[in-house]
Amino acid sequence: MVLRIRLIKREQESAVARITVPVLSVISALLFGWLFLFIYGAEAGETYLKMYHGALGTSYAFSETLVKAIPLMLAGLAVSLAFRMKLWNIGAEGQLYMGAFAASGIALGWGNQPAWILITVMLLAGFIAGGLWGLITGVLRARWGVNETITTLLLNYVAILWVDSLVYGPWRDPQSLGFPLTPRFSMNAYLPTLGDSRVHIGLLIALLIAIIFYYLLNYTRWGYEMKVIGESHLAARYAGINVPRNIMLVMLISGGIAGIAGMIEVTGITHRLQSGISPGYGYTAIIVAWLGRLNPFAIIVVAFLMGALLVGGFAAQSSGIPFSIVLILQGSILFFLLAGEIFLKYRLKLSRRAAE
Amino acid sequence: MRVPIIEMTGIGKSFPGVIANEDITFKVYGGEIHALLGENGAGKSTLMSILAGLYRPDAGIIKVKGQMVQFHSPRHALASGVGMIYQHLRLVDNLTVAENIALGVSGQGFFLNRIEIEAASQKLSDQFGLDVNPRAKVSQLSLGEQQRVEILKMLYRGCDILILDEPTTVLTPRETRELFKVLRLMTQQGKAIILITHKLNEVKTIADSITVLRRGRVVGSASNQDLTEQDLTRMMVARAISPEKINRQRRQLGNPVLELKNLGVIGDQGHWAIQNASLTIGRGEIVAIAGVAGNGQRELIEAIAGLRPVKSGQITLAGEDISALDVRARLRRGINMVPENRLGMGLVPNLSIMENGILRNYHNKDFYHGIFFDYKRMRDYVNKLVEKYNVQLADINHPVNYLSGGNLQKLLLAREISQAPQVLLASYPVRGLDIASAEAVFTILQEEREKGTAILLVLEDLEDVFRLADRIAVMFNGQINAVLDVQNTDLEQIGSLMLGMSGEKVNGAENQVN
Amino acid sequence: MEMSILIAFLAATIVAGTSILLAALGELIAERSGILNLGVEGMMLVGAVTGFLMAIKTGNHWYGLLAAMLAGGLLAALHAFICVTMRGNQVVSGLALTILGTGISGVVGKAYQGVPLSNPFKAVHIPGLADIPVLGPILFRQDALVYCSILIAIIIWYVFYRSRWGLSIRAVGQNPAAADAVGISVSRVRYCCTILGGVLAGMGGAYLSLAYAPSWQENMTAGRGWIAVALVIFALWNPLRAIMGAYLFGGVEALTFRLQIIGISISSFYLAMLPYLLTILVLALVTIRLRQETGTPAALGLAYDREER
Repeated sequence: MVLRIRLIKREQESAVARITVPVLSVISALLFGWLFLFIYGAEAGETYLKMYHGALGTSYAFSETLVKAIPLMLAGLAVSLAFRMKLWNIGAEGQLYMGAFAASGIALGWGNQPAWILITVMLLAGFIAGGLWGLITGVLRARWGVNETITTLLLNYVAILWVDSLVYGPWRDPQSLGFPLTPRFSMNAYLPTLGDSRVHIGLLIALLIAIIFYYLLNYTRWGYEMKVIGESHLAARYAGINVPRNIMLVMLISGGIAGIAGMIEVTGITHRLQSGISPGYGYTAIIVAWLGRLNPFAIIVVAFLMGALLVGGFAAQSSGIPFSIVLILQGSILFFLLAGEIFLKYRLKLSRRAAE
Repeated sequence: MRVPIIEMTGIGKSFPGVIANEDITFKVYGGEIHALLGENGAGKSTLMSILAGLYRPDAGIIKVKGQMVQFHSPRHALASGVGMIYQHLRLVDNLTVAENIALGVSGQGFFLNRIEIEAASQKLSDQFGLDVNPRAKVSQLSLGEQQRVEILKMLYRGCDILILDEPTTVLTPRETRELFKVLRLMTQQGKAIILITHKLNEVKTIADSITVLRRGRVVGSASNQDLTEQDLTRMMVARAISPEKINRQRRQLGNPVLELKNLGVIGDQGHWAIQNASLTIGRGEIVAIAGVAGNGQRELIEAIAGLRPVKSGQITLAGEDISALDVRARLRRGINMVPENRLGMGLVPNLSIMENGILRNYHNKDFYHGIFFDYKRMRDYVNKLVEKYNVQLADINHPVNYLSGGNLQKLLLAREISQAPQVLLASYPVRGLDIASAEAVFTILQEEREKGTAILLVLEDLEDVFRLADRIAVMFNGQINAVLDVQNTDLEQIGSLMLGMSGEKVNGAENQVN
Repeated sequence: MEMSILIAFLAATIVAGTSILLAALGELIAERSGILNLGVEGMMLVGAVTGFLMAIKTGNHWYGLLAAMLAGGLLAALHAFICVTMRGNQVVSGLALTILGTGISGVVGKAYQGVPLSNPFKAVHIPGLADIPVLGPILFRQDALVYCSILIAIIIWYVFYRSRWGLSIRAVGQNPAAADAVGISVSRVRYCCTILGGVLAGMGGAYLSLAYAPSWQENMTAGRGWIAVALVIFALWNPLRAIMGAYLFGGVEALTFRLQIIGISISSFYLAMLPYLLTILVLALVTIRLRQETGTPAALGLAYDREER
């Protein structure tokens, strides 16, 4: 007698699993992180508490969490748009850098314009720069079928180096003692904040985009076309949808939103362009999009949680816990999610079969 | 008494809802080419899949070279010397011929001794006249050559009984001749060949023995010289169709709407799927394409719908040349299509029934309030649709995958018809459907005809053809070799045409509706 | 330029390229079987830290190397599990493992940052050859791992094109259905290749901590894992071309470094962009024209499901 385990495809994603799998992933990740804290010699419960307090314990902490969450929201939304069409845009990091570059260029060059003009132009510049960066990949993919995963990945590094070449070179602040950063932007180029904290209107922009996305994806013709293309190129052609054009459009917008993420970082937080403007937001955004199952509102929530994780990590760091624990948690959440995802699509079936 | 090299006795095999093989006895002797003949759904592929180790029979015994065997897998069958070559070749195109031959052969050590393999391949190639260069890269070979590589692969693995499934579908006439030469050489050296085919002229040319299947049973089996083409046709298709089931309506044929002029279309594998096809369809008539699957029917429908480019010739709609128009342009002009691939092309998997219901007209202004979908109107539209055509479902927001086969098809038809097409194309509209659903589809199609729509159908079952069609177009080898009024022909005539007998031979057949 | 500077530069090129070469060879094997592994960076880091720790604990850098290989292989096994058994998304899985690997290495190695390694891989002078003028110092006074890496590349080439294993791997990456039809276990091949990929990535990381630096620093791979992924494409999935490509890319790294020491010349950044831009160009050309002949494994990145035909 042989016990066989078979995976049988479900007709539809299990609704129960849709909630339990992400939740279980987070729990499993916390347990996994516990293991490594133990190896490191730290007390896991205490550490997690410290992280929680550091991220959400005080109103200051809360605002800092939002600050970290905003670029994650934008980049997460950007990435999720492309993922809906099964376009694996992992170039949000580079698109972010290009957006930051373009916005900084405007800020440095036209810093004496009235604030509202400046902010608007910087926003546009960020969108266009990030969008064009994404469009490169879009064109390559739409017209020639070039693998977008690799292309976006490689372009990330080109973008980062481009920004480096500027902040180490012609854009460097002569008073910066050799550090790779531009002069501070003029006050007109500062993104207005909400209240006393560092939280800036980027939050509103992110929420607005999430709402726009929600309606776009569920209530417009374009969102419908994207859904069809994502499921089956064959059916899309049958429906008369222009697939190549949609691919390019999506890469343009996806890159553009990531570019906005870059813009809000330089105008809202750092107020200058510097090397390493992003601690990997573009990659974390992929976790955010995946964990949020490509749903705009879920992405906002998950981005917030990821932001809390980052801020909590900094807090833990000040008590001697390496920041890397955050990466362990991020990576293992995603890993367990991937492992668990199969149960969304397949059902486990155990059967006894007579040995053949 | 010669011992047959393959002896299948009492073979039975069923799948849910259909009996594919019933009490089949099939014998093949060494050194012969045995043709297995039958129309769609006769059971030939199933029987051979059993022999090749893909399926296990529900009943019956198989003996290879006198020994009883039970195959668990194709590999197991190959170990006993039975190999099958499929229509879709399984070669790795960036490897050489020799590498493909050596792939997966175990027990020969770690190192790939190219010289040895190339030498062995060359030897086999020469022995059987295969004319294949072992060093060539598969991607650079023609389809005929690739097929011969597959044969070489089997021979290399010690195959004595080779099954070929419709091997000449993608071959040019010259390549077909070359293949037959190879097969002859193989049998002269003791191998046995089983040829699954529906091409009568080829059967008469090459086969030593012929077995005919129909509806899962053996109708007859004899040596080639004892059977005429008429015998074979009769065996394959002849049966009584009850008179009520034949379309007897005298139709007032409307003006021609769709015209195909010398149409040429390339198939997926780069060969000519359709050559020089001409056909005219008028308003208010149903033209059914009869033919064994794989003779270009699918490609024809796709080409008319705009999903496949027209390589040569022309398609005109009401006088306008639409050969270069895209899908949507043709849709706008009233060409609607129900594809063979239902849940993959015709319907989008995982999307809801409602979302699928508007797949072809989602850009219709009525569905919008400005730029936003008016879901209420959309729901009403789809609800009316499913109600009118009686599509059984629980909720139109459920994913379309939930629907049963019959309801999927009704949904597809409903959607296409609701756009008031001028021309309705449908590919295998009742394939896999239960009787009730099939009847419903027939009724829908007949009602469409009453409305004056020009309808072109590809049908599998000859009974359905005779029931629905006003005219029958027979496709063979990518060509339309005859277009006949349903009342001026009979099963046998259509059958012969389907099997490749030329029009002239057949025109003298008696006009008898049996 | 003075001869000695040039010679030193070329020698440094080889050293700079070795870590990338090892990781790229691993990625090459995995991709040839059809699995895209974007977790190379994480596997390299895990290898680097594990190797370093083991070398410190045992005083023996070879044990360190073995430990690194094991660590890389383990992480890769997770990737294989997700991609092959669970049929998960290969891109996301690779990224998850990069993040995870980076994190694990950061935590585990925290106490060892900046700790000196008493017994790193040292240059081995090949008797006789090491004294050849010019070529001697460049090629024959490298450490053992450099020689290993070249040897491994040659072995891989040999296995791919002259053995049955290699044949099976190439078939699985190009047309898994055809391979399945002749009885090759697609899962088994992909598991093995992915894990082997991780083993070599671990080696690549260990090279950094046991020979190149030699020390442990958080995030010390500094993106070399991604360069390795690029290198595989640039080398058109051929191990021998990977050697040349690795030294080319290593040369860029060495040159960039030297330029930055002279005085931050922005040209060093443009130079550093070259490998990425060239790789995109190569990828585009390969995809547009030469797909069949230059061997992009056609099934790369696609999960194989026998029922989905």
